[in-house]
Amino acid sequence: MNMLSKFGNLSRRPSDPKVVKSGPKALAPSDMVARKLGWFSIALGMVELIASERIARALGIPGKEGVIRAYGARELSSGILSLSADRQSGLWSRVAGDGLDIGTLLWAFRHDNPKRDNVGLALVLVAGVTLIDLLTAQKVSARHARGRRQPQDFSNRSGFPRGLEAVRGLARKDMSSPASQN
Amino acid sequence: MDAASRLDPGKPIHSLKESGRARSHDAANQAYGRLSMRALVWHGTEDIRCDEVTDPEIEDPRDVIVKVTSCAICGSDLHLYHNLIPAILPGDIMGHEMMGEVVEVGSGVNGALRKGDRIVVPFTIICGECDQCKRKNFSVCERTNRNKNIADKAFGHTTAGLFGYTHLTGGYPGGQAEYVRVPFADATHIKVPVGLSDERVLFLGDILPTGWQAAVQCEIEPSDTVAIWGCGPVGQMAIRSAILLGAKQVVGIDCLPERLSMAGAGGAITINFLEESVVERLNELTGGNGPDKCVDAIGMESHVSFRQPDTVYDRAKQMMLMESDRPHVLREMIYVCRPAGVISIAGVYSGLVDKIPMGQAMNKGLTFRMGQTHVNRWTDDLMRRIEEGQIDPSFVITHTAGLEQGPEMYKIFRDKQDSCVKVVLKP
Ligand SMILES: [Zn+2]
Ligand SMILES: [Zn+2]
Repeated sequence: MNMLSKFGNLSRRPSDPKVVKSGPKALAPSDMVARKLGWFSIALGMVELIASERIARALGIPGKEGVIRAYGARELSSGILSLSADRQSGLWSRVAGDGLDIGTLLWAFRHDNPKRDNVGLALVLVAGVTLIDLLTAQKVSARHARGRRQPQDFSNRSGFPRGLEAVRGLARKDMSSPASQN
Repeated sequence: MDAASRLDPGKPIHSLKESGRARSHDAANQAYGRLSMRALVWHGTEDIRCDEVTDPEIEDPRDVIVKVTSCAICGSDLHLYHNLIPAILPGDIMGHEMMGEVVEVGSGVNGALRKGDRIVVPFTIICGECDQCKRKNFSVCERTNRNKNIADKAFGHTTAGLFGYTHLTGGYPGGQAEYVRVPFADATHIKVPVGLSDERVLFLGDILPTGWQAAVQCEIEPSDTVAIWGCGPVGQMAIRSAILLGAKQVVGIDCLPERLSMAGAGGAITINFLEESVVERLNELTGGNGPDKCVDAIGMESHVSFRQPDTVYDRAKQMMLMESDRPHVLREMIYVCRPAGVISIAGVYSGLVDKIPMGQAMNKGLTFRMGQTHVNRWTDDLMRRIEEGQIDPSFVITHTAGLEQGPEMYKIFRDKQDSCVKVVLKP
């Protein structure tokens, strides 16, 4: 239900047909996982934007708050895209973002980092999420892609049973409905 | 919410005896003492299901009940599928392109229809009596929107009631179902002459007159180039209409090879916008003048592509609820149209658009024509053209399926898989 539906105090008439028994949900499991990942992305993005200092401290990389906030913004946009009809792009942008996260964490996984254990834990978590992202992106793309089948050729479907040239301009002569009444 | 919990079992809607169309019904709804039918029901974004719902019943003397023999999925149903049109509720029945047989007639239909008549149902519900109906401005009938108070607030003044198209336009249950109630049925119908198949006449309810009106609004002259953005079902009908109306050149713009091949079959020169520049090609085809008439058969959900950066901008704004519609096509039409030309809009827009170059439009003296289709204004004339074999709109059908396959067909149509152009469902 979208925004306006909530404002308008809308309801169906009591006499309108009502659902007796609902059919199966139309969204595939991969589409539902995509939706969850979208919301996860948005939640994580918010945390990265709001609590960048805390995260930087926990990972032993003080001074990198700006990077974390930028990653937060990235998570937000991937999340919004993953929730939309263009969810393939959203999911693949999550996969790319995961790569960026892993790279940054590997950089922070140095022996002189006093919070090296935290970074290790974060690496394991991100690797797990990456796997889910990758599998979901693949499944969703396969489900919604146009596929490799050759597009059909409809060049025999003119819609003019008497042939195109027989009817070209015919309505200039025989139009019987009013052209304009506005 | 559990579907069954919304029912009130105490009040049977109607019994077998009074319905007059006894048929089998399963134990679940027998318990509620009512008949049920299958219908495609909106449950949320991209979640349209084939549900068992209670049958419609005659509510007003001017109603009839139609047993749907064919219905279709429309491009504008996809705007609902994507939840981009305000005021749809979970549980609403989809569909506004349908036809079938009259099985029950209200007492006030006064002989306009009888049991057994075959009719196409126009998607705009009309009273036939108000000022606008008298002027044949049927899509803005003043009486048929039963949520007039809400529509008056949203639009300034109400427009006609529509089937299966949200509560802003009356919240009338749609026709992707076994049965549909047609209100104001004495006016809201197109009678089908004997001998014409469903496939040939079904599209009189929407896409044929919609494409036709878009072309007629262009006031086509024999010297005109008419450019049509979008070779979906409405664009295909607009191409054929522009040919019938005698345009010198018709141009169809899309990015899907199967749709472009169909546009070419109808007499259009085709432009694949992923392969070439629309503006340059149109200028080339018109000796640098630009098309005299431009038709938007796309509407609010323009294809998003990095070749056209403004579509990415619109997509981002749409996602952040800062803009409801993506008007790339409008911008391109205004830019490329020949001065003093006509912009005719058949594609659906729902709300707010951004960055429309009014300066270009005003200085070039462009005329804008738009609107939901005044279906019945055109259908007598178009029915005659179908009967005479001038046009056979069934060329656009690529998929036919049962109602249970409806949810899957929505996906195939949206994802443009399997060269899908138009889906017809047989309940
Ligand atoms: Zn339609
Ligand atoms: Zn009226």
